[in-house]
Amino acid sequence: MSEPAIRIEHAVKQYGAVTAVNDVSFDVGTGETLGLLGPNGAGKSTLIRMLTTLVPITSGRIVLHGDDVTLNPDRARLSIGVIPQAMTSDTDLSIEENLSIYAKLYGVSREQRRKVIPELLELVNLADRRTSLVGTLSGGMRRRVEIARGLVHSPLILVLDEPTTGLDPVSRVDVWEMLTRIKRERQLTILVTTHYMDEADRLCDRIAIVDKGRLVALDTPRALKSSVPGASSIEAQFGDEPADWEPQLRALAGTLTVQALGGDSWRIVTDDAGTTTMALAELALGAKVAIRSLAVTSTSLDDVFVYYTGHGLKDSLAAAAA
Amino acid sequence: MKRALPIVERELRKFIRTPALLVMVLIMPVLNLVVLGNAFGGRVRHLNVAIVDEDGGPAARRVREAMLSLQMNGDVVRSITYDNERDAARDVRDGVVQGAVILPPGFSRRVYTGEQPRAGLLLDNTDAVVAGTLQGVLNGAVQQAARSAPTTRYIRAVGLDPVELFPFVPYMRYMLPGVISLGMFMTVMIGGGMSYLDDKQRGVHEGYLVTPITKFELVLGQNLAGTIKATISGIMVTVLGALVAGVYDIFQPMRFLALILLVIFVSFAFMSMMSCLVARMNNPMLPRALFGILNTLLYFPSGAIYPTQSLPTWLRWITYVDPFTYAVHGLRVLLLKGAAVRVVLPDVFFLALFAAVMFAGSVKLFRRTL
Repeated sequence: MSEPAIRIEHAVKQYGAVTAVNDVSFDVGTGETLGLLGPNGAGKSTLIRMLTTLVPITSGRIVLHGDDVTLNPDRARLSIGVIPQAMTSDTDLSIEENLSIYAKLYGVSREQRRKVIPELLELVNLADRRTSLVGTLSGGMRRRVEIARGLVHSPLILVLDEPTTGLDPVSRVDVWEMLTRIKRERQLTILVTTHYMDEADRLCDRIAIVDKGRLVALDTPRALKSSVPGASSIEAQFGDEPADWEPQLRALAGTLTVQALGGDSWRIVTDDAGTTTMALAELALGAKVAIRSLAVTSTSLDDVFVYYTGHGLKDSLAAAAA
Repeated sequence: MKRALPIVERELRKFIRTPALLVMVLIMPVLNLVVLGNAFGGRVRHLNVAIVDEDGGPAARRVREAMLSLQMNGDVVRSITYDNERDAARDVRDGVVQGAVILPPGFSRRVYTGEQPRAGLLLDNTDAVVAGTLQGVLNGAVQQAARSAPTTRYIRAVGLDPVELFPFVPYMRYMLPGVISLGMFMTVMIGGGMSYLDDKQRGVHEGYLVTPITKFELVLGQNLAGTIKATISGIMVTVLGALVAGVYDIFQPMRFLALILLVIFVSFAFMSMMSCLVARMNNPMLPRALFGILNTLLYFPSGAIYPTQSLPTWLRWITYVDPFTYAVHGLRVLLLKGAAVRVVLPDVFFLALFAAVMFAGSVKLFRRTL
């Protein structure tokens, strides 16, 4: 991999005595989707604001495709499209007018605007609504307008701050599909903050867990989950099991503990639910043991979050709201 | 510079999409003109005056005739005859009548012998306007007592003949320049100050700040947009107000052009002042509160509704730096006097200087980061 799209080196942001972002460093590769996961007040919004030139960096540096955001802010601004948390498109203007005004702010030429805006409306499935006032759109459609607005200057990096907060479940899925499609078609680097585990799991190549201003973990969702020891469990009920069934279960790849639940039911705790389940199926087939029921509870990102931060994400959210 | 234009475009598109706002901006000043113009501007009439004639002579009769003619002529006073001074005084106190004229015994004799005749006037001085009007009107009436008295050796009074240089200006017309200024100020307050802070609150500013727009371009865009909005409403209030107040000669092309130019300068001065005031504010409630303060501090002492000459020295210092003063003066010259444009040049000069200072101040105060 050549030069990363985003390079964050020892970034620190202090507000008086409060350190909002405390020595955070990581790279985001070109074309990668990185999720910043953490509760409110963890510092993810501050990090995003530093990256998008909205707040000055106390120390350290952030470089976007070779442009330092402090030394060369205007060039850095051109390489990022920002979709803020609050929906800020003007409800009394049409979709097209909203996009056109932002394109002009980015200095996109008239010819470019004529080409880019219809393309973007096509991309976010709003081509037939281009003259509709934004105020008449549903929440999900509005979010799509904002996504299109963030792309009017054809940036290389897209930054989304909690893109689905406040949306209903259908609109959330809608936005996820839209983002997946944009990523596929445009090879964009995406940085997205969220406090929804399922969102991070579904959208991101890698996840950075931020807590109290610090980066506490950074890896793929799969690797993060498997880094949490023994949190996956398999519960199975068998028919006609042999007498030495328990040692055979213990010998399965990845198995940590085996527990008899009675009535031919067993719980196997594993650190790799996928591998152990496959091995179990092969074992049962070979031994001609029927599997009456099988339930796999795999490690969730919630478990990962608790493991790395020592507290649940929901607890932090509740504490932040209180 | 070119990035200021999309800011202007956005603001103006929003402005014309909200006709209710435009109507409100127009209604308030015109209403102000109609209601206040009539309330303050109308002459006091239908005043009941008790007359107690304890004299009964020919001079007293002439005073009563004079009062009767005041009643016939415009119904300014209505005289009601009373038998004695005590009843008359009681009714003045109770507000049944607004004043009482007492013609004492021997009044006519004194008129004819030239022994300084005196008539009494009881007034309800809790209402200064009514009392003042009565005193003036009745003073004229009692002079009639001496109408045919023998001429004395010397002239009793020196006459002063006023020559009015301009056509009669009813109070409503006097108020018109102030009302036009107020309309522009309101537009700037709502379309400049409040919308700026609402945008800031909603996060629209963050959207601006992540683009490569400069601080100067952003402030310029906002000031241009506010100036255009205030100019539009200023011209509309000028036309509407002139029609309501009956100032028809503003439609002469050169005069109208001069008015538009002045309105542009006033709008820019107001907008840049507002932009400077709200540059560092974050709470959208503040300009709403600020409006009352600025209205009292800048509009009332500006000469819009009462001459600045009436103000104490410390208050006059405000009028010297108050853009309203120059706006009102300039507009009054163009609207009511139809005087040469050079008369308003000092006003325009001040407004331009004021706007330049305020604009520079708002660029300086504006923060490019959150």
